[in-house]
Amino acid sequence: MTALRSLILAIALLLSAGPVWAVQPDEVLDDPVLEERAREISAGLRCPVCQNESIDESHADIARDLRLLVRERLVEGDSDAEVVDYIVARYGEYVLLSPNFDGANRVLWILPLILLVAGVGLSAVYIRGRSTAAAPGEAGLSAEEQARLDAILNGERED
Amino acid sequence: MIVELGHFALILAFAVSIFQMIVPMAGAHTGNRSWMATADPAATVQFLLTAFSFAALTYAFVTSDFSLNLVVANSHTDKPLLYKITGVWGNHEGSLLLWVLILTLFGASASWFGRNLPPTLRARVLSVQSAVGVAFFAFILFTSNPFTRLASPPFNGEDLNPLLQDPGLAFHPPFLYLGYVGLSMAFSFAVAALIEGRVDAAWGRWVRPWTLAAWIFLTIGIGLGSWWAYYELGWGGFWFWDPVENASFMPWLISAALLHSAIVVEKRESLKSWTILLAILAFGFSLIGTFIVRSGVLTSVHAFANDPERGVFILAILGIFMGGALLLFALRAGAMEAKGVFGMVSRESGLVLNNLLLAVSTFVVFIGTIWPLVAELFFDRTLSVGPPFFDAAFTPFVFALAAALPIAAMMPWKRATIAKPIRALVPAAVLGLAVGLLTWAMWTGRSAIGPIGVGLATWLLAGAVTDLWSRTGRGALAGRFSRLSRLPRADWGKALAHAGLGITMFGVVTLTGYQVEDIRVAREGEPYVVGAYEVELLGVDENGRGPNYFSTMASVAVRDAETGREIAVLTPERRIYPVAGMPTTEAGINNGFTRDVYVTLGDPQSGGGWALRVWIKPFANWIWGGTIIMALGGLMSLSDRRYRVAAGAAKAPRAGVPAE
Repeated sequence: MTALRSLILAIALLLSAGPVWAVQPDEVLDDPVLEERAREISAGLRCPVCQNESIDESHADIARDLRLLVRERLVEGDSDAEVVDYIVARYGEYVLLSPNFDGANRVLWILPLILLVAGVGLSAVYIRGRSTAAAPGEAGLSAEEQARLDAILNGERED
Repeated sequence: MIVELGHFALILAFAVSIFQMIVPMAGAHTGNRSWMATADPAATVQFLLTAFSFAALTYAFVTSDFSLNLVVANSHTDKPLLYKITGVWGNHEGSLLLWVLILTLFGASASWFGRNLPPTLRARVLSVQSAVGVAFFAFILFTSNPFTRLASPPFNGEDLNPLLQDPGLAFHPPFLYLGYVGLSMAFSFAVAALIEGRVDAAWGRWVRPWTLAAWIFLTIGIGLGSWWAYYELGWGGFWFWDPVENASFMPWLISAALLHSAIVVEKRESLKSWTILLAILAFGFSLIGTFIVRSGVLTSVHAFANDPERGVFILAILGIFMGGALLLFALRAGAMEAKGVFGMVSRESGLVLNNLLLAVSTFVVFIGTIWPLVAELFFDRTLSVGPPFFDAAFTPFVFALAAALPIAAMMPWKRATIAKPIRALVPAAVLGLAVGLLTWAMWTGRSAIGPIGVGLATWLLAGAVTDLWSRTGRGALAGRFSRLSRLPRADWGKALAHAGLGITMFGVVTLTGYQVEDIRVAREGEPYVVGAYEVELLGVDENGRGPNYFSTMASVAVRDAETGREIAVLTPERRIYPVAGMPTTEAGINNGFTRDVYVTLGDPQSGGGWALRVWIKPFANWIWGGTIIMALGGLMSLSDRRYRVAAGAAKAPRAGVPAE
């Protein structure tokens, strides 16, 4: 039974070979400023084989490759935008966790604003409606009722 | 045998739900009282049958009945009993059975506690509730039957996903389901009211406790899930804007809006059609959440079902219920005449603002969640929408909400001047500003979001205290304190929930803005400093064993960097579950009021030593502390006398089911 267990363990270890961990100590750049930039860029890039993880968080081998690539480009002197473009050119816009503001994506970015403006407009109209409705309500009489009351009162006075 | 009985009970429950969908509704239309009255026993019977069916499935899991396909795929004899039980809902079929169990429980409680409802309304509510049941019973029986037998059972099972073998995750789905499905009550009440053609203050009072209960469960469920992610996934993240998380967050946001607009219906008989619409949408988002999770359409960590047939079925359910309800709404909403009038500056306007911000932010999350799908279907672009987008698009709404909340919460009904609440809130504003400035001064060079967030969180917290204190009137301190304890529970609930929001916000902002991280190769006997702490790897035990896993466990001493006093010895661990063939990380965490020290263990290094990651996470526990306080606030409100009086009975609500 223990032999079987060790066999199972060995197989399991083989299956799970490779790092079970994100950013490894050997990846970390000596320059803390560059490293900080690398971390920030990594957090915005999606691991292509993972389910909704950035390369900064992912344990996958390809995420490690990408992290190393990001650092390589930074050491070469690329700007943040150039590094991101470099990766996107090779892996497609799928890796961007924050979609570019272009083409149809404009809808994604602008719609919240449109919804907010429309919502503010609608609520303003609604609240106005409710507060102007207050005027006759407070008098307790509608314009028509007031007119009838006036007529009656006037009529009484004429009598 | 028991399994067959469970299967049979489920089919019977399906039949009863069809009956309950049709007969009481027909009775309410024709005024036939005996037909209407059938809804009550039917609802109870439906619940009992489903409960029996669920118990039968649990029995199969506990006894490791490997003739059941589902047990084979999700269980193992070596698994601890707790996870054999939670394994029942740790999979698609079982979790759906839990879903309908809760649905029928809510239906039955509406019948048990709803004795004071007008008979036609009650019949209609129960009938609509049962219609939802029909759809989901059919879904289970035709696409996801948990009772499928295997012709040749294997010797052992394939084990539950090791990530799910954790108390945090094991109990988070039931809470989420209680929340999702709880919103079905609001939906049923909304549709029944549309059919009746009448919404009044009483309706608002009936709907509110159900929505509140659902919201409390969602709050707890989301909190548990986030807490689980924090300590189990191994890098101390607590929220990932994952589609599945969003699926639970959207109903939470919109039910928070519904909760507040139902107050306006109850107190002022305004916002009626809007509240009905929110009630429909809230359940709609629950169904969308179910669709996202169950169909696997937006692939993510949690999506354990990946079957188009099921996705289409849920989409059909979503289409029928939302389409039908919205059509009914379009036809009937005009008849919901608003009565109450209020000025531009009033509590009502404040609540409209609350609803506006919560509703729009719900749609922002919704758009972001489905955008990858839309882009792929219509624009042929494969893209991702992740945390950077949501952070950018969602944060402004939270900030706006936090800025307005304390003022709006103190405004009187009908007609108010803004000057009065503002005068009362001056100390809170000064405090918020001071704390924000202090944060900014202490951590210069970081983004502005940190100090603004911290300041607003303080403002929320201080605002909640001010609100409560202002209710004690004037006079001597002693008198005000004694009045404080006699305030209605609803007032306490409101203040607690708002304060909880502030506390959670404080935790989120400080944790994301100001955590300290250290990654390095640690060697035994070589201490090093991280933040205000000294960290030393004491040793690594590579031969640990658990009931169904193997472990590699390190001992890491954490000391005060200045005094050298030992604070804790943490044991970060890596586990391998051989049956599932899956490694997991168990972080070593020293929890504290002002910070967590969070350590994870990596690989052994070729030159000796182990990779070690250490974080100092400021105010991490405030995130979940605030969540608990929010939920407590909800409970306080739910237990307010008014609802018990409205119930007309002294009976206490059972197991989180609101009194009516």
